[in-house]
Amino acid sequence: MLTANFPILEIPSRGKRLAYLDNAATTQKPQSVIDATAHYYREQNANVHRGAYWLSQEATALFDQTRVQLANWINAESSDEVIFTKGCTESINLVAHSWGMNNLSQGDVILVSRMEHHANFVPWQQVSIAKGASIVEIPITDLGEIDLEAYQNLLTGRVKMVAIVHVSNSIGTINPIKKMIAMAHKVGAKVMVDGAQALAHLKVDVQDLGVDFYAISGHKMYGPTGVGALYGKRELLDAMPPYQTGGSMIRTVSFEETTFAALPDKFEPGTPNIGGIIPWASAITFLEGQNLLEVAAQEANLAQVLEKQIEQINGIRVVGKAAHRAGIVSILADWTHAHDLGTILDSEGVAVRTGHHCCMPLMKRFNIVATTRASFGIYNTMEDVDQCVAAVQKAKRIFG
Amino acid sequence: MIEDLYQELIIDHARFPQNRGSLAAPSHSAHQYNPLCGDEVTLQLLVENGVIQDIAFEGQGCAISTAATSIMTTLIKGKTTEEAKALGQLFRDKITGNAEIEDLGELEALVPIKEYPMRVKCATLPWHALLDALRSETT
Ligand SMILES: Cc1ncc(COP(=O)(O)O)c(C=O)c1O
Repeated sequence: MLTANFPILEIPSRGKRLAYLDNAATTQKPQSVIDATAHYYREQNANVHRGAYWLSQEATALFDQTRVQLANWINAESSDEVIFTKGCTESINLVAHSWGMNNLSQGDVILVSRMEHHANFVPWQQVSIAKGASIVEIPITDLGEIDLEAYQNLLTGRVKMVAIVHVSNSIGTINPIKKMIAMAHKVGAKVMVDGAQALAHLKVDVQDLGVDFYAISGHKMYGPTGVGALYGKRELLDAMPPYQTGGSMIRTVSFEETTFAALPDKFEPGTPNIGGIIPWASAITFLEGQNLLEVAAQEANLAQVLEKQIEQINGIRVVGKAAHRAGIVSILADWTHAHDLGTILDSEGVAVRTGHHCCMPLMKRFNIVATTRASFGIYNTMEDVDQCVAAVQKAKRIFG
Repeated sequence: MIEDLYQELIIDHARFPQNRGSLAAPSHSAHQYNPLCGDEVTLQLLVENGVIQDIAFEGQGCAISTAATSIMTTLIKGKTTEEAKALGQLFRDKITGNAEIEDLGELEALVPIKEYPMRVKCATLPWHALLDALRSETT
């Protein structure tokens, strides 16, 4: 059983069996990642790139190995195109600041979809304010899909950047990013894809997608927290100035000037999260051992069953009905607030997220403030669905 | 037990809140927002000679924050501002774990929230609004 790989799932929550349905927030970690973390600190800890000694050389080799493994996993042309960051948020900020501040000017347009997480929205908004560019919404339909016709009409020569989420963390929509990227490229725009939710469920091939920048979160793909990556096309990354400066990212430094290191070091100043990046490789190895197509189908199936069953409860509806959806169900009950529902689910051992899910513009689009969101991962089973449905029924009894 | 928290008293207050609406001529008012939940409350007071003569609130929020606001308004109407503040302090202390505190009447219904620290802010939201309002003087 897969669940046996995830020891935390055995620990009761409020005295009940834990039904962990908050995978969009962060996934649990397999034993191999936990072991690799302990092993690193016990036997491999040293700073990378610096030591004149064996241990540092070993740590550096392992560190670079994660980069190669991740580059292969997303089919980057070269591991130089994979920059380590502390998460998806930092990856996007890197592009917004380094690329955005140097490539945007007055009158330029940044297209941002209505379903973006604040991580792929606020950085662009701030850059657009600084540079006098404008930020324009790509609308979505009532089902929660990108309105492709509207998108096509928005694509003019003034559009320099398109920011789009691969899989929506709020409503699960899987966006047709390959098509959207090709459309953007026709007018010369670059595309920043927020892949935070994608890597644990989909096989991503950055070359096939033709994507310019792709942001990755380690902790949402069964890896440690505090690690992420940015994939960028080499010619773009080469032309971009450093985002942050300091040690490890320089070639030479004098009082007059500093010359910067080549990729990927140029974008990785300071000591990275070595103790997170090395075990991250074990998470990728774990995913490599899975049939992701089957996993995604199973997660989507559990989500569908949950959706069908709770929609039979009076006054419940699910927001986001896109045809292509990951295992994410955003629930609204007209008889209670999302947070009260979340607390009652919590009391039954069901871990869900409540609130706006860092997507306030999306909530506004649907005229809601908050939802109760169940999001599935590789270890979830029908038992989790049943436990969640029973807990929602209990909430219904309490609120009448 | 979750039923201790979501008991009839709370659900009734959430469903039929007392003192909901607005005052014609408030002397004090404040708006509080909890960005975590999106709970929002606007509180209006009419204070005369240090006594809260009238009180009203508007807003949207979860059952806990709505009930907490409704209960607060019924308890502090007619009290002096100092008495109201003191009651708020006792309540905050009690739901953050001080078990020594005396019986607080209807506020006791909210005490089980202490098992859910993430939700404590929902119950204290109106009391924060009260403090803000009393600092606001005439608006
Ligand atoms: C769609 C999406 N984008 C970005 C993020 C932020 O990712 P990270 O926590 O790695 O910064 C999240 C996580 O909440 C997300 O769901």
